Amino acid sequence: MDREKLEMRPDAAAEWPDGIYAALKANGITQVALVPDAGHSRLIKRCLADNKMTVVTLTTEEEGVAMLCGAWLGGVKGVLLMQSSGVGNCINMLSLSHIHRTPLPMIVTMRGDFAEFNPAQIPMGQATQTVLEAMGTIVHRADRPEDVAATVDATLRLAFNTFRPAATLLGQRLIGAKTFGKD
Amino acid sequence: MAEYPNRRDLVRALLEDRGELMVIAGLGASAWDITAIGDTPRNLPLWGGMGGAAMMGLGLALAQPSAKVLVITGDGEMLMALGAMATIAVQKPKNLSIVVLDNEHYSETGNQETATKHGVDLAAMARGAGLKEARTLTSLAEVPALRAQIHAGAGTVFAVTKIAPGNLPLVLPPRDGAILQARFREALLGPAAHHQL
Repeated sequence: MDREKLEMRPDAAAEWPDGIYAALKANGITQVALVPDAGHSRLIKRCLADNKMTVVTLTTEEEGVAMLCGAWLGGVKGVLLMQSSGVGNCINMLSLSHIHRTPLPMIVTMRGDFAEFNPAQIPMGQATQTVLEAMGTIVHRADRPEDVAATVDATLRLAFNTFRPAATLLGQRLIGAKTFGKD
Repeated sequence: MAEYPNRRDLVRALLEDRGELMVIAGLGASAWDITAIGDTPRNLPLWGGMGGAAMMGLGLALAQPSAKVLVITGDGEMLMALGAMATIAVQKPKNLSIVVLDNEHYSETGNQETATKHGVDLAAMARGAGLKEARTLTSLAEVPALRAQIHAGAGTVFAVTKIAPGNLPLVLPPRDGAILQARFREALLGPAAHHQL
Protein backbone atom coordinates (compact mmCIF):
# COMPACT_ATOMS: atom_id res chain seq x y z
CA MET A 1 0.00 0.00 0.00
CA ASP A 2 1.33 3.40 -0.97
CA ARG A 3 1.34 6.07 1.65
CA GLU A 4 -0.19 8.58 -0.74
CA LYS A 5 -3.37 6.56 -0.78
CA LEU A 6 -3.71 6.94 2.96
CA GLU A 7 -2.71 10.55 3.38
CA MET A 8 -4.42 13.53 1.88
CA ARG A 9 -2.46 16.72 1.95
CA PRO A 10 -2.10 19.73 -0.27
CA ASP A 11 0.50 19.75 -2.95
CA ALA A 12 3.59 21.39 -1.47
CA ALA A 13 3.26 24.14 -4.05
CA ALA A 14 -0.35 24.95 -3.12
CA GLU A 15 -0.39 28.46 -1.71
CA TRP A 16 -3.81 28.64 -0.10
CA PRO A 17 -2.40 27.80 3.38
CA ASP A 18 -0.47 31.07 3.12
CA GLY A 19 -3.80 32.81 2.61
CA ILE A 20 -5.03 31.31 5.89
CA TYR A 21 -1.86 32.48 7.63
CA ALA A 22 -2.36 35.99 6.25
CA ALA A 23 -5.96 35.99 7.51
CA LEU A 24 -4.81 34.90 10.98
CA LYS A 25 -2.28 37.74 11.04
CA ALA A 26 -4.78 40.31 9.75
CA ASN A 27 -7.20 39.33 12.52
CA GLY A 28 -4.64 39.51 15.32
CA ILE A 29 -4.52 35.79 16.12
CA THR A 30 -1.63 35.00 18.48
CA GLN A 31 -2.58 31.65 20.05
CA VAL A 32 -2.78 28.63 17.79
CA ALA A 33 -4.10 25.40 19.31
CA LEU A 34 -3.87 22.32 17.16
CA VAL A 35 -3.88 18.62 16.70
CA PRO A 36 -1.82 18.16 13.54
CA ASP A 37 -3.32 17.16 10.24
CA ALA A 38 -1.48 16.66 6.99
CA GLY A 39 -3.81 19.20 5.39
CA HIS A 40 -2.64 21.86 7.84
CA SER A 41 1.07 21.04 7.67
CA ARG A 42 2.15 24.11 5.64
CA LEU A 43 0.07 26.45 7.80
CA ILE A 44 1.46 24.88 10.99
CA LYS A 45 5.00 25.51 9.73
CA ARG A 46 4.18 29.15 9.07
CA CYS A 47 2.71 29.53 12.57
CA LEU A 48 5.68 27.80 14.23
CA ALA A 49 8.06 30.13 12.41
CA ASP A 50 6.19 33.19 13.71
CA ASN A 51 7.58 34.33 17.07
CA LYS A 52 4.44 36.39 17.71
CA MET A 53 2.35 33.21 17.71
CA THR A 54 2.15 30.75 20.59
CA VAL A 55 1.55 27.34 19.07
CA VAL A 56 0.22 24.66 21.41
CA THR A 57 0.00 21.05 20.29
CA LEU A 58 -2.91 19.38 22.06
CA THR A 59 -3.42 15.76 23.00
CA THR A 60 -7.09 16.02 21.99
CA GLU A 61 -9.03 18.75 20.27
CA GLU A 62 -11.41 19.58 23.13
CA GLU A 63 -8.41 20.88 25.05
CA GLY A 64 -8.15 23.58 22.41
CA VAL A 65 -11.71 24.74 22.95
CA ALA A 66 -11.06 25.25 26.66
CA MET A 67 -7.66 26.82 25.98
CA LEU A 68 -9.08 29.42 23.60
CA CYS A 69 -11.77 30.28 26.16
CA GLY A 70 -8.92 30.93 28.58
CA ALA A 71 -7.01 32.99 26.04
CA TRP A 72 -10.03 35.23 25.53
CA LEU A 73 -10.34 35.64 29.30
CA GLY A 74 -6.86 37.13 29.00
CA GLY A 75 -7.71 39.32 26.01
CA VAL A 76 -5.88 37.18 23.48
CA LYS A 77 -7.32 35.86 20.24
CA GLY A 78 -6.69 32.29 19.18
CA VAL A 79 -7.70 29.73 16.61
CA LEU A 80 -8.18 25.95 16.72
CA LEU A 81 -6.76 23.91 13.82
CA MET A 82 -7.86 20.31 13.45
CA GLN A 83 -9.02 17.54 11.18
CA SER A 84 -12.71 16.75 10.81
CA SER A 85 -12.40 13.70 13.08
CA GLY A 86 -11.32 16.04 15.88
CA VAL A 87 -14.61 17.91 15.72
CA GLY A 88 -16.23 14.89 17.33
CA ASN A 89 -13.90 15.25 20.29
CA CYS A 90 -15.01 18.84 20.89
CA ILE A 91 -18.76 18.47 21.20
CA ASN A 92 -19.48 19.04 24.88
CA MET A 93 -16.60 21.48 25.36
CA LEU A 94 -18.18 23.76 22.74
CA SER A 95 -20.77 24.50 25.44
CA LEU A 96 -18.22 26.84 26.99
CA SER A 97 -18.22 29.12 23.98
CA HIS A 98 -22.01 29.46 24.26
CA ILE A 99 -22.37 29.90 27.98
CA HIS A 100 -19.55 32.46 28.17
CA ARG A 101 -20.11 33.98 24.72
CA THR A 102 -16.49 33.33 23.80
CA PRO A 103 -15.26 33.86 20.24
CA LEU A 104 -14.13 30.44 19.02
CA PRO A 105 -12.85 30.14 15.45
CA MET A 106 -11.97 26.70 14.09
CA ILE A 107 -10.32 25.74 10.82
CA VAL A 108 -11.09 22.15 9.95
CA THR A 109 -9.43 20.06 7.25
CA MET A 110 -11.94 17.55 5.93
CA ARG A 111 -11.58 13.80 5.65
CA GLY A 112 -14.35 11.36 4.82
CA ASP A 113 -15.39 13.86 2.20
CA PHE A 114 -14.61 14.15 -1.54
CA ALA A 115 -13.11 10.90 -2.94
CA GLU A 116 -12.08 9.49 0.43
CA PHE A 117 -10.09 6.25 0.41
CA ASN A 118 -10.33 5.22 4.07
CA PRO A 119 -13.72 3.87 5.23
CA ALA A 120 -12.91 4.81 8.83
CA GLN A 121 -12.92 8.49 7.93
CA ILE A 122 -16.44 8.46 6.54
CA PRO A 123 -18.66 8.42 9.67
CA MET A 124 -17.15 11.46 11.35
CA GLY A 125 -16.32 13.26 8.13
CA GLN A 126 -19.91 13.04 6.95
CA ALA A 127 -21.16 14.17 10.38
CA THR A 128 -18.72 17.04 10.86
CA GLN A 129 -20.85 19.92 9.62
CA THR A 130 -24.02 18.55 11.25
CA VAL A 131 -22.27 18.12 14.58
CA LEU A 132 -20.81 21.62 14.52
CA GLU A 133 -24.16 23.12 13.60
CA ALA A 134 -25.92 21.05 16.25
CA MET A 135 -23.64 22.80 18.73
CA GLY A 136 -24.56 26.20 17.38
CA THR A 137 -21.47 26.79 15.26
CA ILE A 138 -21.69 28.89 12.11
CA VAL A 139 -20.08 26.80 9.38
CA HIS A 140 -18.59 27.89 6.06
CA ARG A 141 -16.95 25.62 3.51
CA ALA A 142 -14.17 26.28 1.07
CA ASP A 143 -13.64 23.77 -1.71
CA ARG A 144 -11.61 25.89 -4.13
CA PRO A 145 -8.22 27.48 -3.47
CA GLU A 146 -9.43 30.94 -4.44
CA ASP A 147 -12.15 30.82 -1.74
CA VAL A 148 -9.97 29.84 1.19
CA ALA A 149 -8.60 33.16 2.45
CA ALA A 150 -11.92 35.01 2.28
CA THR A 151 -13.78 32.14 3.94
CA VAL A 152 -11.33 31.91 6.81
CA ASP A 153 -11.39 35.68 7.19
CA ALA A 154 -15.20 35.57 7.39
CA THR A 155 -15.05 32.84 10.03
CA LEU A 156 -12.62 34.84 12.16
CA ARG A 157 -14.75 37.98 11.87
CA LEU A 158 -17.95 36.13 12.76
CA ALA A 159 -16.34 34.53 15.80
CA PHE A 160 -14.76 37.68 17.22
CA ASN A 161 -17.35 40.24 16.19
CA THR A 162 -20.36 38.21 17.30
CA PHE A 163 -18.90 36.12 20.19
CA ARG A 164 -19.61 32.57 19.13
CA PRO A 165 -18.12 29.42 17.65
CA ALA A 166 -17.54 29.58 13.90
CA ALA A 167 -15.77 27.16 11.59
CA THR A 168 -14.32 26.95 8.12
CA LEU A 169 -14.32 23.46 6.65
CA LEU A 170 -11.58 22.99 4.07
CA GLY A 171 -13.01 20.42 1.69
CA GLN A 172 -11.14 17.31 0.64
CA ARG A 173 -11.44 18.39 -2.98
CA LEU A 174 -9.23 21.31 -2.04
CA ILE A 175 -6.79 19.30 0.06
CA GLY A 176 -6.81 16.04 -1.78
CA ALA A 177 -3.75 16.23 -4.02
CA LYS A 178 -1.61 13.15 -3.64
CA THR A 179 1.80 13.84 -2.24
CA PHE A 180 3.88 10.97 -3.62
CA GLY A 181 6.15 11.21 -0.62
CA LYS A 182 6.75 14.94 -0.95
CA ASP A 183 6.04 17.03 2.11
CA MET B 1 -4.45 8.54 60.26
CA ALA B 2 -5.74 12.05 60.82
CA GLU B 3 -8.77 13.09 58.83
CA TYR B 4 -8.19 14.98 55.65
CA PRO B 5 -9.13 18.68 55.73
CA ASN B 6 -12.58 20.05 55.04
CA ARG B 7 -12.56 21.32 51.46
CA ARG B 8 -13.71 24.84 52.32
CA ASP B 9 -11.09 25.21 55.04
CA LEU B 10 -8.51 24.21 52.50
CA VAL B 11 -9.75 26.60 49.80
CA ARG B 12 -10.03 29.39 52.36
CA ALA B 13 -6.39 28.90 53.34
CA LEU B 14 -5.35 28.71 49.71
CA LEU B 15 -7.12 31.96 48.81
CA GLU B 16 -6.05 33.95 51.86
CA ASP B 17 -4.79 37.42 50.89
CA ARG B 18 -5.22 36.40 47.28
CA GLY B 19 -4.53 39.87 45.91
CA GLU B 20 -4.91 39.92 42.15
CA LEU B 21 -4.88 36.13 41.76
CA MET B 22 -7.13 35.03 38.88
CA VAL B 23 -9.00 31.85 39.84
CA ILE B 24 -10.73 29.36 37.56
CA ALA B 25 -12.74 26.63 39.29
CA GLY B 26 -13.91 23.37 37.79
CA LEU B 27 -17.63 22.71 37.66
CA GLY B 28 -19.46 21.50 40.73
CA ALA B 29 -18.10 21.54 44.24
CA SER B 30 -14.91 23.45 43.36
CA ALA B 31 -17.01 26.26 41.93
CA TRP B 32 -19.21 26.31 45.03
CA ASP B 33 -16.08 26.36 47.21
CA ILE B 34 -14.48 29.46 45.67
CA THR B 35 -17.86 31.17 45.78
CA ALA B 36 -18.35 30.30 49.46
CA ILE B 37 -14.98 31.87 50.27
CA GLY B 38 -16.00 35.03 48.42
CA ASP B 39 -17.47 35.71 45.02
CA THR B 40 -15.38 38.24 43.09
CA PRO B 41 -14.90 39.24 39.45
CA ARG B 42 -11.51 37.52 39.63
CA ASN B 43 -13.31 34.17 40.00
CA LEU B 44 -14.36 32.17 36.96
CA PRO B 45 -16.46 29.33 38.35
CA LEU B 46 -17.32 26.90 35.56
CA TRP B 47 -20.85 25.56 35.10
CA GLY B 48 -19.94 23.18 32.28
CA GLY B 49 -17.14 21.91 30.09
CA MET B 50 -16.05 19.10 32.39
CA GLY B 51 -12.36 18.40 31.77
CA GLY B 52 -11.63 21.92 30.57
CA ALA B 53 -10.56 23.78 33.70
CA ALA B 54 -6.81 23.18 33.51
CA MET B 55 -6.65 23.97 29.79
CA MET B 56 -8.63 27.15 30.31
CA GLY B 57 -5.99 28.05 32.87
CA LEU B 58 -3.27 27.36 30.32
CA GLY B 59 -4.86 29.62 27.71
CA LEU B 60 -5.15 32.42 30.23
CA ALA B 61 -1.66 31.96 31.66
CA LEU B 62 -0.10 32.06 28.19
CA ALA B 63 -2.19 35.11 27.28
CA GLN B 64 -1.25 37.08 30.38
CA PRO B 65 2.23 36.07 31.59
CA SER B 66 2.22 38.78 34.25
CA ALA B 67 -1.00 37.55 35.88
CA LYS B 68 -1.01 34.73 38.41
CA VAL B 69 -3.51 32.05 37.41
CA LEU B 70 -4.84 29.39 39.78
CA VAL B 71 -7.05 26.53 38.64
CA ILE B 72 -8.92 24.77 41.43
CA THR B 73 -10.70 21.61 40.41
CA GLY B 74 -11.78 18.20 41.58
CA ASP B 75 -10.29 14.76 41.08
CA GLY B 76 -13.13 13.72 38.77
CA GLU B 77 -12.68 16.76 36.57
CA MET B 78 -8.89 16.32 36.44
CA LEU B 79 -9.21 12.63 35.61
CA MET B 80 -11.07 13.73 32.49
CA ALA B 81 -8.09 15.85 31.42
CA LEU B 82 -5.07 13.59 31.85
CA GLY B 83 -3.84 14.46 28.38
CA ALA B 84 -3.90 18.12 29.36
CA MET B 85 -1.15 17.35 31.85
CA ALA B 86 1.12 16.63 28.88
CA THR B 87 -0.05 19.67 26.93
CA ILE B 88 0.50 21.95 29.92
CA ALA B 89 3.84 20.40 30.90
CA VAL B 90 5.23 21.08 27.43
CA GLN B 91 4.29 24.79 27.74
CA LYS B 92 5.04 24.99 31.49
CA PRO B 93 4.03 28.61 32.15
CA LYS B 94 5.50 29.89 35.42
CA ASN B 95 2.33 31.80 36.27
CA LEU B 96 -0.01 28.78 36.22
CA SER B 97 -0.93 26.70 39.26
CA ILE B 98 -3.31 23.75 39.32
CA VAL B 99 -4.68 22.51 42.63
CA VAL B 100 -6.78 19.35 42.57
CA LEU B 101 -9.18 18.94 45.49
CA ASP B 102 -9.14 15.16 45.78
CA ASN B 103 -11.93 13.62 47.86
CA GLU B 104 -11.77 10.38 45.86
CA HIS B 105 -15.44 10.69 44.96
CA TYR B 106 -17.82 12.23 42.46
CA SER B 107 -19.52 14.22 45.16
CA GLU B 108 -22.11 15.98 42.98
CA THR B 109 -23.62 12.82 41.57
CA GLY B 110 -24.10 10.60 44.59
CA ASN B 111 -20.59 10.08 45.96
CA GLN B 112 -19.51 7.37 43.58
CA GLU B 113 -15.84 6.50 43.95
CA THR B 114 -13.32 7.96 41.51
CA ALA B 115 -10.18 6.23 40.30
CA THR B 116 -8.10 8.05 42.93
CA LYS B 117 -9.97 6.02 45.56
CA HIS B 118 -8.39 2.97 43.99
CA GLY B 119 -4.81 4.15 43.93
CA VAL B 120 -4.61 6.33 40.84
CA ASP B 121 -2.08 9.01 41.78
CA LEU B 122 -2.70 12.28 39.96
CA ALA B 123 0.50 13.88 41.25
CA ALA B 124 2.55 10.95 39.97
CA MET B 125 0.82 11.23 36.61
CA ALA B 126 1.61 14.94 36.49
CA ARG B 127 5.26 14.21 37.31
CA GLY B 128 5.27 11.65 34.56
CA ALA B 129 3.95 14.27 32.19
CA GLY B 130 6.83 16.55 33.09
CA LEU B 131 5.55 18.65 35.98
CA LYS B 132 8.40 17.41 38.14
CA GLU B 133 7.46 19.23 41.34
CA ALA B 134 3.91 17.87 41.45
CA ARG B 135 3.04 16.61 44.91
CA THR B 136 0.22 15.54 47.19
CA LEU B 137 -0.75 17.45 50.34
CA THR B 138 -2.69 15.84 53.15
CA SER B 139 -2.99 18.57 55.79
CA LEU B 140 -3.87 22.24 56.16
CA ALA B 141 -0.41 22.86 57.60
CA GLU B 142 1.07 22.36 54.14
CA VAL B 143 -1.13 24.98 52.46
CA PRO B 144 0.83 28.17 53.29
CA ALA B 145 3.90 26.90 51.44
CA LEU B 146 1.77 25.98 48.43
CA ARG B 147 0.09 29.38 48.57
CA ALA B 148 3.48 31.11 48.62
CA GLN B 149 4.59 29.10 45.61
CA ILE B 150 1.46 30.09 43.68
CA HIS B 151 2.01 33.79 44.39
CA ALA B 152 5.74 33.56 43.61
CA GLY B 153 5.03 32.55 40.04
CA ALA B 154 7.29 29.56 40.51
CA GLY B 155 5.27 27.23 38.37
CA THR B 156 3.94 25.41 36.71
CA VAL B 157 2.63 24.31 40.12
CA PHE B 158 0.63 21.10 40.31
CA ALA B 159 -0.65 19.96 43.70
CA VAL B 160 -3.17 17.36 44.74
CA THR B 161 -4.77 18.19 48.08
CA LYS B 162 -6.51 15.32 49.79
CA ILE B 163 -9.79 16.47 51.34
CA ALA B 164 -12.54 14.81 53.32
CA PRO B 165 -15.44 13.46 51.26
CA GLY B 166 -18.98 14.72 51.73
CA ASN B 167 -21.16 17.50 50.43
CA LEU B 168 -21.28 20.98 51.93
CA PRO B 169 -24.09 23.52 51.50
CA LEU B 170 -24.39 24.84 47.95
CA VAL B 171 -23.10 28.38 47.52
CA LEU B 172 -23.90 29.22 43.93
CA PRO B 173 -22.09 31.84 41.85
CA PRO B 174 -23.94 33.83 39.16
CA ARG B 175 -25.26 31.35 36.62
CA ASP B 176 -24.86 33.46 33.48
CA GLY B 177 -21.50 32.58 31.96
CA ALA B 178 -21.48 35.75 29.87
CA ILE B 179 -21.50 37.81 33.05
CA LEU B 180 -18.82 35.65 34.65
CA GLN B 181 -16.56 36.04 31.63
CA ALA B 182 -17.19 39.75 31.15
CA ARG B 183 -16.56 40.70 34.76
CA PHE B 184 -13.42 38.55 34.86
CA ARG B 185 -12.07 40.19 31.70
CA GLU B 186 -12.85 43.64 33.03
CA ALA B 187 -11.08 42.90 36.32
CA LEU B 188 -8.00 41.77 34.42
CA LEU B 189 -7.99 44.04 31.38
CA GLY B 190 -10.00 47.07 32.49
CA PRO B 191 -13.13 48.46 30.83
CA ALA B 192 -11.38 48.32 27.45
CA ALA B 193 -12.05 44.56 27.56
CA HIS B 194 -15.62 45.25 26.45
CA HIS B 195 -14.42 47.05 23.34
CA GLN B 196 -11.83 44.53 22.21
CA LEU B 197 -11.90 43.89 18.49
